[in-house]
Amino acid sequence: MAHSEEDILAGLAEIVNDESGLPTDAVQLDKSFTDDLDIDSLSMMTIVTLAEEKFEVRIPDEEVKNLATVGDAVSFIARAQEA
Amino acid sequence: MSEQPNVVITGLGATTPLGGDVASTWAGALAGRSGVRTLTQDWVAKYELPVTFAGQLAVPAENVLPRPEIRRMDPSAQYAMIAAREAWADAGAPEAPGERIGTVIASGIGGVWTLLTAWDTIKEKGARRVLPLTVPMLMPNSPAAYVSIEVGAKAGAHAPVSACASGAEAIGYGVEMIRTGRADIVVAGGTEAAIHPLPIASFAKMQALSTRNESPETASRPYDVSRDGFVLGEGAGVVILEREDLAVARGARIYARVAGVGMSSDAYDIAPPDPSGAGQERAMRIAIADAGVSGADIVHVNAHATSTPAGDGVEATAIRRTLGGDADHTAISATKSMTGHLLGGAGAMETIFTVLAVHHHVAPPTINVTEIQPGLEIDLVRDVPRQLREGQIAALNNAFGFGGHNVALVVTSV
Repeated sequence: MAHSEEDILAGLAEIVNDESGLPTDAVQLDKSFTDDLDIDSLSMMTIVTLAEEKFEVRIPDEEVKNLATVGDAVSFIARAQEA
Repeated sequence: MSEQPNVVITGLGATTPLGGDVASTWAGALAGRSGVRTLTQDWVAKYELPVTFAGQLAVPAENVLPRPEIRRMDPSAQYAMIAAREAWADAGAPEAPGERIGTVIASGIGGVWTLLTAWDTIKEKGARRVLPLTVPMLMPNSPAAYVSIEVGAKAGAHAPVSACASGAEAIGYGVEMIRTGRADIVVAGGTEAAIHPLPIASFAKMQALSTRNESPETASRPYDVSRDGFVLGEGAGVVILEREDLAVARGARIYARVAGVGMSSDAYDIAPPDPSGAGQERAMRIAIADAGVSGADIVHVNAHATSTPAGDGVEATAIRRTLGGDADHTAISATKSMTGHLLGGAGAMETIFTVLAVHHHVAPPTINVTEIQPGLEIDLVRDVPRQLREGQIAALNNAFGFGGHNVALVVTSV
């Protein structure tokens, strides 16, 4: 079953909160993972791994560098689940 | 005074089956409480484990550490971090250049929960589901590295591995770092988080564990005629070691001095100790000589005494041979009767017990002993604590590990 973009954002915020301790409401579409949320590359890979499982999608390793903002990740996951 | 600097202990930290910190652990030990309980996890019945109890942490790490730390650290590192933070604060968070601070945090088994959980993941879900921090979490130096990051220790971060002697070996190594001038302050200790079905199954198959499933609290009974194996425990103990002159200069509260370190290896068998006890005796003799004390000065021994039929007798004989007639009046405590066996954490937690015994002039009790095995010539502190004599005193802490690793530390009052 496909998740709405709203659901994906909420789900990602939970993963980021669990991994980094950032409050879920800090995880907004326009936020940069590295510059705003201070997520390092290993944490990013953890978040991607957990997101793949949660949303039942595949996020290729070479795509991760293109997911600069939370919005990028939400859009990618939304498209990937339709594929 | 020797050319090497003296090393003192200025901070203590622990999380154990008796309590979430040193104060509650020590109070539990003096009260003769058992921290051993029946396991309630579903895997006990699922895998038909022959042993259904252990000494789990009194205060779960999840109740203490923030969620991201729980996620990023194996439980063995979590426990070490809890103990290290307490010890560091207890020492008054000493200020020193990072290059003069070291860490030595040992584990006997390492990140067994992380390793085996990740193995379950790859089998069930494939490689894409394996988390990227899996290796940094499972490596046995992870607790030492995390603690070095926590306190900014740059003189070196080490993780000696010697099974159940690991925690004491770490403290001995830390003492050497200060004596040889590599550091002025060392955060040293041991940790273990191996209450997992695989180690339990393996230890049980060796017939090393007590199977007294109907009475967990009384299962650990070192030196008792009816002892039937050790009780698995978990937790961590960490001490702050400091060069004595610098600790005095900064006005630190000093618990005791680590005056002697003795190590040896049996070169005999990968599991049981050399039945002659020669290696254990040698470790104790080296530690006593290193401390510059005599057998008569040793008023207390915190024995390794795990409650196995073979091991306790060997150690009792080795203590008797080391101390000779002085052993008639040496108060021996087997605190694993209350905590269970913390494996790589044991030597560190029991060093803390030894330090507090010397500091407060009181030996903690050994519980669950109804009849000492005939032939063991030991003066065992049973059921209630025993006052130790006033004045300058010394005590021994023994820790021995599978593979024939023997470590003895001499702690003296200051």
